Amino acid sequence: MTQTRYYRTRSPEPEKEKTGGGGGTAMRVIVPLQGVVQGRGGLVLGSIIPCALFYFLQFYLKRNRDDPDDKNESNSTGQNPTTRSPSSEHLTELPGLTRSLSRALLSPRNSGPVSISARVSGIVKGGDSPYYMGLKRVKEDPYDELDNPNGVIQLGLAENKLSLDLVKDWLAENAREAILGNGKELSISGIAPYQPFDGLMEFKVITLGARGCWRVAIVHGQWFMVSDNNAMVLSLGLIVEYRYSTGMAVAGFMSQVMENAVSFNPSQIVLTAGATPAIEILSFCLADAGNAFLVPTPYYPGFDRDVKWRTGVEIIHVPCRSADNFHLSIAALDRSFNQAKKRGLKVRGVIISNPSNPVGNLLNRETLYNLLDFAREKNIHIISNEILAGSTHEEFVSMAEIVDQEDTDRKRVHIVYGLSKDLSLPGFRVGVIYTFNEDVLAAARKLSRFSATSAPTQLLLISMLSDTKFVRTFITTNRERLQRMYVQLVAGLEKMGIKSIKSSGGFYCWADMSGFISSYSEKGEVELWDKLLNLGKVNVTPGSCCHCIEPGWFRFCFATLTEKDIPVVMERIQKVLKPVN
Amino acid sequence: MRLVVPLQGVAQGRGGLLLGSLIPCALFCFLQLYLKRRRSPSDPPPPSTSSSNQPGMTRHSSLSNLLSRGPLRISSLATSIAKPDDSPYYMGLDKASEDPYHRIANPDGVIQLGLSENRLCFDLIEKWTSENLRDWVMGREGGDLSISGIATYQPSDGTMKLKMAMAGFMSRVIGRDVSYEPSQMVLTAGVTPAIETLCFCLADHGNAFLVPTPYYPSFDRDMKWRTGVELIPVHCRSKDNFVLSISALDQAFNQTRKRETKIRGILLSNPANPVGNLLSRKMLEALLKFAEEKNIHIISDEIFAGSIYGEKEFVSIAEVVDSEDFDKNRVHIVYGLSKDLFLPGVRVGMIYSFNENVLAAARKLTRFSSVSAPTQRLLVSMLSDARFIVEYIQTNKKRIRDMRDLFVAGLEELGIKCSDSRSSLYCWADMTNLIPSYGEKGELELWEKLLNVGKINLTPGSACHCIEPGWFRCCFTTLDKEDVSVVMERIRKVVGSCTSCG
Repeated sequence: MTQTRYYRTRSPEPEKEKTGGGGGTAMRVIVPLQGVVQGRGGLVLGSIIPCALFYFLQFYLKRNRDDPDDKNESNSTGQNPTTRSPSSEHLTELPGLTRSLSRALLSPRNSGPVSISARVSGIVKGGDSPYYMGLKRVKEDPYDELDNPNGVIQLGLAENKLSLDLVKDWLAENAREAILGNGKELSISGIAPYQPFDGLMEFKVITLGARGCWRVAIVHGQWFMVSDNNAMVLSLGLIVEYRYSTGMAVAGFMSQVMENAVSFNPSQIVLTAGATPAIEILSFCLADAGNAFLVPTPYYPGFDRDVKWRTGVEIIHVPCRSADNFHLSIAALDRSFNQAKKRGLKVRGVIISNPSNPVGNLLNRETLYNLLDFAREKNIHIISNEILAGSTHEEFVSMAEIVDQEDTDRKRVHIVYGLSKDLSLPGFRVGVIYTFNEDVLAAARKLSRFSATSAPTQLLLISMLSDTKFVRTFITTNRERLQRMYVQLVAGLEKMGIKSIKSSGGFYCWADMSGFISSYSEKGEVELWDKLLNLGKVNVTPGSCCHCIEPGWFRFCFATLTEKDIPVVMERIQKVLKPVN
Repeated sequence: MRLVVPLQGVAQGRGGLLLGSLIPCALFCFLQLYLKRRRSPSDPPPPSTSSSNQPGMTRHSSLSNLLSRGPLRISSLATSIAKPDDSPYYMGLDKASEDPYHRIANPDGVIQLGLSENRLCFDLIEKWTSENLRDWVMGREGGDLSISGIATYQPSDGTMKLKMAMAGFMSRVIGRDVSYEPSQMVLTAGVTPAIETLCFCLADHGNAFLVPTPYYPSFDRDMKWRTGVELIPVHCRSKDNFVLSISALDQAFNQTRKRETKIRGILLSNPANPVGNLLSRKMLEALLKFAEEKNIHIISDEIFAGSIYGEKEFVSIAEVVDSEDFDKNRVHIVYGLSKDLFLPGVRVGMIYSFNENVLAAARKLTRFSSVSAPTQRLLVSMLSDARFIVEYIQTNKKRIRDMRDLFVAGLEELGIKCSDSRSSLYCWADMTNLIPSYGEKGELELWEKLLNVGKINLTPGSACHCIEPGWFRCCFTTLDKEDVSVVMERIRKVVGSCTSCG
């Protein structure tokens, strides 16, 4: 990198660069030069030799330039010592086009195939981690009690199917109304009770004689037509218009999920097509390529894609250990921060998941305060991923609550939320960025053009989330069911001698199977995972995918199961474990 | 080379070994220091434009980390885009949405001719949805399957059902025997992310695409913002009716090469936005040859493929590639439902590529921009309703044509000529003799007058990077027929005062 930059800075400053280049060579050149000058050469030889040397130096630099240039590019995707290796590997695997580009362009016909960008060639090759392999495997051969009893049971996907029936019932009753409104009433009037908010939203409906039975609504300064049968909504490109209304509905839902400990301000919300792009957009907004985030391990395997892939940002692991029940310590954060600094990396923030995925523990108030202090001291951001906030059975404290009480320093706090987990609607693709930083808010809003939520879906949601009775029932029932499932799974595992960390939320059980792995290493862990998948036909997530520093831990996601499945799972695991024991 | 002289002086004079080595050493030391100081500001790869906006934090970052003073930094990307828009395109859009015109409720509001929306056939869509919405969410069966079909995780690049429906729709839109292969499709949440995703896949940071001007103003956002890719304008001129020429392409290519920027492709829009002309089969063949010769990609934005209403036939680059012996791997098509089926709110875009690697990469990148499942289900049933689609396409073409004829006639009465085109939702109007001075400044002055005095928002050619000043894009499909006369009246008011003053 240093080299590249050196060459780059040359061009704008030809003057300085010359002295630089000359001076650099002169250091070594000085002896022959002097010999020449003091001897016979005088002016002529004394100027020819340095000139020639300088010429060769330029020549040398030019020849070498192509290479560092390429490296630089693959860098902007791979970025860092750790990730660089895969992408540069792919570089060499590309049919040599990028590197020999200049030559290829000179010759009129080049036969090599057209190349894709270096930054995605790594992505194309990827997907070999056990996490994704396992998911793929289940997709090919999914277990079904009746249709495919020998299929693979999915314990690797964080999906909650326990309370889907409630959503289904609601939709069956209300879907049509949500879109079309109930009879004569405008569907849009369903939003009216929220008005007006912070001057953000004006809302009036004017009945007009013109255009048949059209009525006109203005939401946030936009006109649109409302017909008598209220089917206007779909096609007017309502992303802009509806964002605020959906924002309000989502804000209301978030408050309800967090038991009204916090009230969320809709004007601080940016909606995205899922939590995945929400995290990526924040990563784009907070860090430049080559910067880094601190992330406590074990963490959600998807972060490696969401935070790093397109942004070129790096993740610095902050190891948490079983001795502390995988709780985050500020000392570990500090250590990782300093190590990153030593490597010359700029740390731009900490990404926490609360409740944590995969462990399932919560960050308590004190830790959150300490975290905020730490961020303040280092002048960095905090991204708090609270997507499982409503799937907890102990008191959950949102980062928003902490900064609400403490009026300073809100600007460094950003919250990610979504409806995929707490409302078990991943197919709807609704994610939320909630930020206290106006610049980030403005930037994220503009970037949401790349990842907008569809208008029909927004309409459904406004209606669904505004039904507070439904939401309340859903949250309570969902919590109960998750808890029941969790208890059964843990009991089953314990019977086999598998201990797990006590979870306070989420869909997971973080289990210690280090006693069952053939060697105490990642290799042993992946071996066991492979056996569980291929012999036992259960797909779990090995800790190494979550970058857990201790081998032998596995994530069991239980929310895709039914209670009847649990004995089957146990039996299958037992079958695999026996020979080792 | 200049350095040689002082060195010699020293050597020939008194200095000898000591001074002769001390001076270059010192120089070298200073140089290093200088370079080191310069390095931190240019540290983030995004080029100078963005990093120059930084409030000087980067430079002292190590210091500030110790003292924890100074503002909290956000990325240079976010810093540069968080600022309010200064392009007339976005300023005009904002202005029009703050004070929107309505014939009865707000007759003094701003008339929107800058946003490319097609509301002419809205009634058809409205009718269809009100008839068919009943079965939308739960499906006709209404069973268990259907809830998990929309609530749970779906393939992020779109369901096979929707891809097949899209393929059918596209063939119908083109109206000939062109078939699209669903397995070559990747669906995204709108065309905007489709273009960005392709850009990520085809080019690295610092690479460039050639784009014929005038072009769609938002390409600057879609192609450049997050990818760090450059757009190199290839200028088309009024004397060629803004038709692209290969020689202009070649020239731009060579100029860029001299700057040592790698060109990874050409970005076309066909039918062109804003001009509205079509690329002929011959032109497409020439483009493919050019791309082959330079070994670069072609992205063809065909979002207006169905909004064609003249005699001239639309030829998709997919057809050309199919019929001739071209290398398919370099061809990528972008399509969406925002224009041809006016459904921008549903956010459905598509990448259609012949390149397996690009498809594989794009599929993975759709995790950042996937289509909502309820929407997919809605679209499957809408697009599969052949009767509705055929009727829609026919009616839509007719209504756009009628509107265009009306609009162009109105402009001609005012002495404003439009470029001859029979596609897209725009007319590209020549107002060069109305601008107070022949330059971008004059153009923007007229635009501002039209917006503030005349209360109509047009897109000035400079926002589309048009090289000739005085051209304006008018999107007429947001209007009602009755509105056209109002627009003309307002233009007349401004133009009248213009000719009198200049």
